Amino acid sequence: MAWLLMHPGLVLAGSAVLIACLRGRLRTVAILVAPSTAILLSLQLPAAVLAEGVFLEREIVPMRLDALSRLFAIIFGLMALGGGLFALRQPSRIEVPAAYLYAGSAIGVVLAGDLITVFVFWELMAIGSTLVLWSSGTRAAYRASLRYLKIHLLGGVLLFAGITGYAADAGTVRFESFALESPAEWLILAGFLVNAGAPPLSAWVGDAYPEASWSGTVFLSAFTTKTAVYALMRGFAGTDLLVWIGLFMVFYGIIYALLENDMRRILAYSIVNQVGFMVTGIGIGTELALNGAAAHAFTHIVYKALLLMAAGSVLYATGVRRCSDLGGLFRSMPVTTCCGIIGALAISAFPLTSGFVSKSMISEAAADSGLAVVWILLVAASAGVFLHAGIKFPWFVFFQKDSGLRPSDPPTSMRAAMYLFAFLCLAIGIFPAALYRLLPYSAAYEPYTAAHVFTQLQLLAFAGLAFFVLLPALKRTRTISLDTDWLYRRLLVAVAARGHAAFRYGAAYARAIQQQVCRRAEAFVLRQRSPGGALNRSESTAGMGVWMMLMLLGHLMLYLFT
Amino acid sequence: MKSHWLDDPANVRKLWRAFVAVLGLLVVAEFVMDLHPRFGIERVFAFYAWFGFLACAVMIALAKLLGVVLKRPDDYYGDE
Repeated sequence: MAWLLMHPGLVLAGSAVLIACLRGRLRTVAILVAPSTAILLSLQLPAAVLAEGVFLEREIVPMRLDALSRLFAIIFGLMALGGGLFALRQPSRIEVPAAYLYAGSAIGVVLAGDLITVFVFWELMAIGSTLVLWSSGTRAAYRASLRYLKIHLLGGVLLFAGITGYAADAGTVRFESFALESPAEWLILAGFLVNAGAPPLSAWVGDAYPEASWSGTVFLSAFTTKTAVYALMRGFAGTDLLVWIGLFMVFYGIIYALLENDMRRILAYSIVNQVGFMVTGIGIGTELALNGAAAHAFTHIVYKALLLMAAGSVLYATGVRRCSDLGGLFRSMPVTTCCGIIGALAISAFPLTSGFVSKSMISEAAADSGLAVVWILLVAASAGVFLHAGIKFPWFVFFQKDSGLRPSDPPTSMRAAMYLFAFLCLAIGIFPAALYRLLPYSAAYEPYTAAHVFTQLQLLAFAGLAFFVLLPALKRTRTISLDTDWLYRRLLVAVAARGHAAFRYGAAYARAIQQQVCRRAEAFVLRQRSPGGALNRSESTAGMGVWMMLMLLGHLMLYLFT
Repeated sequence: MKSHWLDDPANVRKLWRAFVAVLGLLVVAEFVMDLHPRFGIERVFAFYAWFGFLACAVMIALAKLLGVVLKRPDDYYGDE
């Protein structure tokens, strides 16, 4: 149990309390030291079960390390460090502590060896991320955070129902691979998929993330979806259904990003696209595919954070978020432009960048498994990534037209964070062995073959050509695109409003009928008591005698037959 | 602010020419490359070039088409 004191997630989440209290230079030091400590611990802790206990008569394993959880713990720590550095000038005093609670909980999930611990950290993540959204302080962010929270609470309920069912069925809460046979296991899968941004609830990613502050979105991009990737990899590797869910997410992300005008919403849709690649890899389930999904989660966190830092810097400097109002910023923001382009090349899997050495593992695994359709869709999607994120984002934000805006590059701390992550994008791309050593399986993979480099360059170059040839069709409009969130933001609201109106109408109608009935009954009763009414009439004696006879006869009959 | 070299249309034209040259080179070089294809379709000449272009064109067309149905003014949800 003493190991829990060295739990990198608890260290990071615990530092949130400290950081919330500190001011000035000490705060800066704490913001940088806490995630660095978490990274070092993640690197150094032995691969074993490090803490066990009993909770509600169940054996729980709050802390377990193996290659897979170590990889995710390291990248979450790195992400917290880069995000914290980028957010040093964030005036909100809540955002960084909330983000560290969020990041620490994400590490808590990946180090959890049992489902109860997973659930506790899972919910803490929802709270941390909602606080990050709140700290942005705008009304739009608050409204979005409520929708975000409801979706995640729904996911949490699904997960909790699944976990209790599983505990009852299997008699254990250990978090290992599921057979996906009982309803409980399906519920757990559904709970994980909600957080992964899978259909039909993908909309929360594009809805909530772009509403955070210029630094908040950087944090948000990393943890929730990638923790879900980890959980799917641990629990549901090789589930065929995930291949198709993943492919749907890949193309959903591309299409919605192509339609989008808000620069950070483009990147949010792109998260769904990238997680789609990982989910597909998990569905394929071979060692190479799982290595690819894990490596892609690692590299994706870095380059997506870099892209969102570039977008955040633009937002910080200009306050503008729509592509239609941006453009031509390369003149006055050279550092941001360069870092944004490096991130864009990395997400496009350009040779010598990190995406090149990770994404190709997944398509390679599809080819090795003879999944021709999956493979060709992944190739098409690779071209589509270059289209929607690789060129579209930098082109519309930094080039396109001269918007007349002349903001300067952001302050040192923000530039330093971008330099750090741009360096990582290139370093991983040039020296992939360092990343490959951290991967969970020992499947050999060599990204730099002449054929791979050449075909990838051909694919990207012609995707680029398609972008510029078809540019008129991509002209930005000041629009959003409807998604399944329309169902609960518009349809359900309308149905509820109509239902309420119908109820009020029905109630009024019922009241009118009731009054009518009462009035008639009253009139009837009164009539019987008035002259000529049944109770006030004089009857003949003979008639009364006949009735009396009949009643006595009836009595006699009853007496005879009983 | 002094004008950037990218502001000169002549330079942009040069960039375009360089890009087209790279595209040409990437196709021509396929004659000397050994690509060890795994699927039949990869054997079609310059598969990644035309497939990449085509895939992008299809995705843009699909996005355009869906946009007709899905696009709304960006204040659609208003201040709910």
